[in-house]
Amino acid sequence: MKSTLLAGAVLAFATATSAHAQAIKLADVAELSGGGATVGTNWKNGIDLAIEEINAKGGVLGRKLEVTHADSQSNPGVARAQVQKALDAEPYVLLGPGYSGSVKVTAPLAAEAGITQIMGGEAAELTQAGNKFLFRTSFGQQSSMPKVAKYIHDDMKAKSVAVVWVNNDFGRGGRDVVVKELDRLGSKVVADLSTEAGQADFAADVGKIKAANPDAVFVYLNEEESARILKELKRQGVAAPLMGETTLIGQKVIELAGDAANGARGHVGLTTDAPVDLVKGFRERFSKKYNYVPDHNGLKGYLAVYMVKATTEKMGKVDSKAFADALHGLTIKAADEPGILMDVTFDQNGDIDRQSFLVEVVEGKQVVKQVLPKVK
Amino acid sequence: MSNMFDLLVAGLATGAIYALVAVGFTLLWQTSQTINFAQGEFVMLPAFLMLAAMHVGAPFWLAIILGILLSMILLGLAFKLLLVDPMMRHGVLPLAIATMALAIGIKEAVKQFFSAEASPFPSIVPTGDISILGHAVSLQSIGVLVVAILAVVGLTTLLNRTSLGHQMQAAAQNPTVARIIGVPVERMILLTFLINAFLVALASLLITPIYLAKFSSGEVLGQAAFIAAIVGGFNQVRGAIAGGLLIGVLDNLAASYVSTQYRAAVPLIFLIVVILFRPQGLLGRAEERTV
Repeated sequence: MKSTLLAGAVLAFATATSAHAQAIKLADVAELSGGGATVGTNWKNGIDLAIEEINAKGGVLGRKLEVTHADSQSNPGVARAQVQKALDAEPYVLLGPGYSGSVKVTAPLAAEAGITQIMGGEAAELTQAGNKFLFRTSFGQQSSMPKVAKYIHDDMKAKSVAVVWVNNDFGRGGRDVVVKELDRLGSKVVADLSTEAGQADFAADVGKIKAANPDAVFVYLNEEESARILKELKRQGVAAPLMGETTLIGQKVIELAGDAANGARGHVGLTTDAPVDLVKGFRERFSKKYNYVPDHNGLKGYLAVYMVKATTEKMGKVDSKAFADALHGLTIKAADEPGILMDVTFDQNGDIDRQSFLVEVVEGKQVVKQVLPKVK
Repeated sequence: MSNMFDLLVAGLATGAIYALVAVGFTLLWQTSQTINFAQGEFVMLPAFLMLAAMHVGAPFWLAIILGILLSMILLGLAFKLLLVDPMMRHGVLPLAIATMALAIGIKEAVKQFFSAEASPFPSIVPTGDISILGHAVSLQSIGVLVVAILAVVGLTTLLNRTSLGHQMQAAAQNPTVARIIGVPVERMILLTFLINAFLVALASLLITPIYLAKFSSGEVLGQAAFIAAIVGGFNQVRGAIAGGLLIGVLDNLAASYVSTQYRAAVPLIFLIVVILFRPQGLLGRAEERTV
């Protein structure tokens, strides 16, 4: 009897370990608390949804996906420690973080370990450091800003532009690219205004915009500051059309700015309002599971997992070391892998090329006005 | 030039709010030698109390009344009884430090119970413009100015024209003599705390639609009001009003003509100049105090 029990226990243990060895382990480090909690929570939920779907359909190459989530507390120092811990467990692929600053300090760790890192950061410099293991899930500024400048010049027909930006890595990176592009296209930058992160009072900045009397205003601030400047622009009656990025026309900004957000336009790499059936389906499944409408970070997390699936199936094997090479130059078509939602191509730097959207806020809702095609 | 006019109006509107906060500052100092370093957080909190009231279903007007009443209970009565009275006997400095601790406590509590993210806050003044001397001026700026001026006029009338006001001034200027002639000094001091709580709640109502409701929004306000109070004269209500308006205008002009990065430094430099050349403040009177 005793030996039967023992044999049973050994068998159970063996089954458990073999099932464990079968699973493909992913590690996620994200902003689950602190200032980036909205970013990280959406990202995490996107990941969990994708894994649930993939596992329900039999996993990747017959193996289930498993993920561990760690909290960076929106702090680059904590992110670094958490990534190191995650890498020590030798994951197949590292997912996250979402903040560019946290990506910047963790990317060298993943590269050193030879583990591919699929992240949510958008700062231009991230993919320009020659890191062969880093991949984006959304546009970097060097891909999105030329599209923005082109729209301001071609569609808004603005000959003079005021550029307002936030004085940090994110703001300065975007400002540099957009000013260069506007200059190249022949739109004159008549006001170049730097503002501070966390700034509460925009009366003087808006006063300067008013004095410069531009044909269009490009606003590149974080969400809360975007809402404040939108209110001030309305308060001082600035009539010039407003153009920005995701941070100008996001759901949070619309909620904070109210009426003042109406009419603002923005270039959006990823939006759950995209007129694409697969994206609509994602939005529906996500909202059903989590009881709220995801933002673009939810899409990023979801796409990250499907990037892992598509690349692994393309290789035909689970090989952590060969993963990055396989993803460089890869085009994943939504027709072959519906989870990728839209056709996407990865270049040698880990940057992506994908169609994007021009969104306008109409009566407090994001409305996609135009689909901007893939560059290549 | 039109830019200058806009800046002046915007500066005066912000300055009027600074003035409300600074007046409270000076009131507390005059009657109880309390330097309240949590004054900025006192402005931040009422907006959240009003939001909480709206969250449980109260209409905006009721939420305003509830918010102001709750502020007077928490930031007036409870603040005096639970923090100022026990700390006061240990001197001005321990009390000042205790208010710093209170500031941190309020901020963290708001972050804990609400969120670290900003929330929108409705405006009591409708959006829109009216034309003044050919310039479009926003109703919001005018509304803020009007409400702030009414509050200040009401307060000065109370202080200078009523018996209650005279008793408060007596209690502030010489508590011992005031007591001898039968002024209920303790009650007068409590009254100034309640008035301060009312003023900060009003300031909260006016500034939050522009700055958004956020746990950290008191930091800038507290500092601006502190500087305004010192610049104007820490012992004079009219000094605090002048200081508030001056700092508001100066801040906006600095942001426009110096730079956004250094805007915060300009009022501080001005403060240093005032302290060097007129230590009692622009409208303050020199006083000697044995502490």
